Amino acid sequence: MDSEFRDGARTALPIVISFIPFGLLFGALGVDNGLTSFDVVLASATIFAGASQMVGIELYGQKVAPWLIVLSIFAVNFRHVLYSAAIGRRMRRFSAGQKALAFFFLTDPQFAESEKHVGAGKALTLRWYMGLGLTNYLCWIGLCWLGALFGRLIPDPHAFGLDFLLPIYFLGLVMSFRKRPLWLPVIVASGAASVVAWHLVGSPWHVSLGAIAGILLAVVLPPRAGSGAAAEGASR
Amino acid sequence: MMLSEQALVILGGAVATYLTRIGGHLVLSRFRSIPPRVEAGLDAVPAAVLATLVAPQLFNGGVAEVAALAVTAVAALRFGMLGLFLAGAATIIGLRALGL
Repeated sequence: MDSEFRDGARTALPIVISFIPFGLLFGALGVDNGLTSFDVVLASATIFAGASQMVGIELYGQKVAPWLIVLSIFAVNFRHVLYSAAIGRRMRRFSAGQKALAFFFLTDPQFAESEKHVGAGKALTLRWYMGLGLTNYLCWIGLCWLGALFGRLIPDPHAFGLDFLLPIYFLGLVMSFRKRPLWLPVIVASGAASVVAWHLVGSPWHVSLGAIAGILLAVVLPPRAGSGAAAEGASR
Repeated sequence: MMLSEQALVILGGAVATYLTRIGGHLVLSRFRSIPPRVEAGLDAVPAAVLATLVAPQLFNGGVAEVAALAVTAVAALRFGMLGLFLAGAATIIGLRALGL
């Protein structure tokens, strides 16, 4: 197998472990809320965004109007607009068709691992990107399908701490960006703003509102001397 | 073939999700060059978004959750992704098993 593709697929290992409980849970909850196994697989294969899929089935089970379910999925996934703007800069070598394909796979870990890959000085190739993306994608669909078939056999995930694996993985990713300029002020601003927004506005808006607070801080703070783009800005 | 109402809602959600995944790039690619300040903002996106996915968990967590996140953060200074993940997972599973 192609080594770039394999390297990307290997990067998916901790990601897949961390979403095992969520895939199984989505399948089980989907069936509980009146979806067929086919619907569960269709949702995972076409939406491919765990948190928004959970919100979708929850609302579906409550008989909420279809347009409102679609709007809620859009709201939960709104953070991807930021990912898309940021990672697009790393895809200059991709053709338009390759970009259109690649953006379909742009999940939280896909974005973060790709940024890490570029940060480590490696080129973002389509083969590496798809090795990571396809591994996540196929495992996610398979897990959701298993959850739909055997969901009732799953023991309480809270008791085993399985519900907390994703925050642990996300914190690991936060830490992996600690060499970036303004890292600490950005995570403090985003984290604090997200907790405030979580109380005042509620989920899922705390994600986009918190993120915007950190990003705005990075925009207004004086660029740190030494980093290439920043030094360029100061000389203008 | 007629699609069921469930399938139509799902496909609507899929289109909405894809628009968020390609939209940021489509907007940004209309500009020929990216101003340095915008570039600095985009460089902050990974840490900014990921922090919002963790902070409420830290704020609302009990002893086991806060301890697991602390172990993860320290382990991140020494180990790679898989190592820190296993350290955090072992902490949460162990402490919850102890009833914390």
